Amino acid sequence: MTTTMAQALNAALRDALKDDDRVLVFGEDVGALGGVFRVTDGITADFGESRCFDTPLAESGIVGFAVGMAMGGFRPVVEMQFDAFAYPAFEQITSHVAKLRNRTRGALSLPMVIRIPYAGGIGGVEHHCDSSEAYYTHTPGLRVVTPGTAQDAYDLLRDAIESPDPVVFLEPKARYWSGEEVSFARKSPPMDKAVVRRHGKDVTLIAYGPMVATALETAEAAKDEGWDVEVVDLRSLSPFDDETVTASVRRTGRAVVVHEAAGFGGYGAEVVARVTEQCFHQLHAPVLRVTGLDIPYPAPKLERHTLPDVDRILDTVARLQWNDTPVVAGA
Amino acid sequence: MSVKTLLPSATPVRFLAEDGSRVELHEGYAEPAEDRLKAAYRLMVLGRRFDVQATALTKQGRLAVYPSSAGQEACQVAAALTLSEQDWLFPTYRDSVALIARGLQPGEVLTLLRGDAHCGYDPAETRVAPQCTPLATQTLHAAGLAHAMQRRGEDAVALALIGDGATSEGDFHEALNFAAVFKAPAVFFVQNNRYAISVPFEKQSAAEALAYKGIGYGMRAEQVDGNDAVAVLAVLDDAVRHAREGKGPVLVEAHTYRIDAHTNADDATRYREAGEVEKWREADPLRRLETYLKGRNALSENEIELCHAEAEEFAQTVRDTLNAEPELDPLSLFDHVYAEPTRQLAAQRAALEAELEA
Repeated sequence: MTTTMAQALNAALRDALKDDDRVLVFGEDVGALGGVFRVTDGITADFGESRCFDTPLAESGIVGFAVGMAMGGFRPVVEMQFDAFAYPAFEQITSHVAKLRNRTRGALSLPMVIRIPYAGGIGGVEHHCDSSEAYYTHTPGLRVVTPGTAQDAYDLLRDAIESPDPVVFLEPKARYWSGEEVSFARKSPPMDKAVVRRHGKDVTLIAYGPMVATALETAEAAKDEGWDVEVVDLRSLSPFDDETVTASVRRTGRAVVVHEAAGFGGYGAEVVARVTEQCFHQLHAPVLRVTGLDIPYPAPKLERHTLPDVDRILDTVARLQWNDTPVVAGA
Repeated sequence: MSVKTLLPSATPVRFLAEDGSRVELHEGYAEPAEDRLKAAYRLMVLGRRFDVQATALTKQGRLAVYPSSAGQEACQVAAALTLSEQDWLFPTYRDSVALIARGLQPGEVLTLLRGDAHCGYDPAETRVAPQCTPLATQTLHAAGLAHAMQRRGEDAVALALIGDGATSEGDFHEALNFAAVFKAPAVFFVQNNRYAISVPFEKQSAAEALAYKGIGYGMRAEQVDGNDAVAVLAVLDDAVRHAREGKGPVLVEAHTYRIDAHTNADDATRYREAGEVEKWREADPLRRLETYLKGRNALSENEIELCHAEAEEFAQTVRDTLNAEPELDPLSLFDHVYAEPTRQLAAQRAALEAELEA
């Protein structure tokens, strides 16, 4: 039976609640409504309001309250509803969630998960489509993960809830309704490992979250151009799995990083730097990026112009010095 | 709860006039037992000496910075005395004296300010959260932890200390709202010392008293003369009891004054008149309690001398502790970033280790 990513996340929450009394789910609208994306659908009805409950509408409050509850022995899983709505909680996340273990020299840990539906492609109005991963990956003390498949949605969320460290869990909302066969027997590798989603020998596409499916589509289309494309799904943005990524790039000798967030100062720059440092002698061309434009996320009718798509990725692959043609500098 | 029961008293609750005489402005609060008042007196003497000593040590470069709480000893000591061992205290950077009163050692309390580590004690063991420097953020942690303890059936309360400036922050309001909605056993104790660094209370809030903010959240609130140790103890005792009995959180505002500057690094003469400081010196909480207890024949000259002798000895301990420079291990930088260390940090640790050996 096909399970969508939203259903897989729901199943992960239910199984975590079943397995561990300390796990609690809370946030705005997660109770009777089941979350605006229905990720918490039916959980309050089945587990009771003491395990899954609505809070006042205040993101900093939700995260700060969760900090206290984690200090008190619980394992909160909180929902931020939309990416840009998490910004009021930014101080709690960066100053406290990320740092409490370090500040207390290991005396207090914060095993908590902050779920944030992120990125665009759903025709959402402004403040509903940000890709905010760079803010969190730039914060030591946080783990940042994002599933690209429904199977990973289940496995990564289970792992995140079991992690002794705080995890920012980014859910690619454009993929909530994409489905596949999902096994609930924890099939994926550990949370901090990247996976090769498709093997190829000419070029590595490095993607995560919503762009994994786009990268796979690109790989299929690339066959017509004669390119055999490998796709690496990072899964864990922090920590970064150098091993899997560099092994792939050393095999193919070419790499393109794809993400939806604005490129300038973005997460892709970190990936390019790491890959270049570690694979310089195996590279046939500079590592390139395909990213969102350096603009505030646009109005829905224009969002297709910022979202990386198959054509733009193929055009970038074409610039990888296949015939000793120099790479044209990016904008 | 009816609005009437939520309202704070019309004027700050007071047991002692500024000259130390007993007054009747306490709205039915019970006067704390004499042995508790004497315990408070002893800790206030100790706290003041600690504060003077720490301030002096900043001048010798032993502490990076010290935010004095001179003049606020009644609040500091009452906050510690009113809590039981199982209760949690959430202090700010200014509340070092409260930690001393809670029984922590000077070396543990001053670790943050001397620059050795962010927190010098074990919060899980002492039930004292790390001293918080961002404003009001810890009020939410107190609300969450209070709720957690209540769920676990623990008979414990979380008390968060904040200043008047912090009541303007969003987190303060979110914390009050969360605590009230969840009926968390939390006490929010505002020490309104009239200045947020240089900004006077009149520019901080248009409210006549910060205690009035409680009613908007459906929370019981009280205001108290923060320089009257008897009153602060009585009001906090009552607030903690109320929270412990599961009747919901309480907001308490103490009207007090910061005699010294914000920290040793700031010049208070730029923003306030000497006359104002003098006026508040006359409201000194320590002298007030001493006069009252002596007048009741509850405190002898000999006992006062003993308290001061103990404080002098304590100051020597503070000096000795601060003069001994503990060795810090640079590799410990990597120890507590994650519970499960990452490969990246392992590589950086190895690089620093090689650098240190070179």
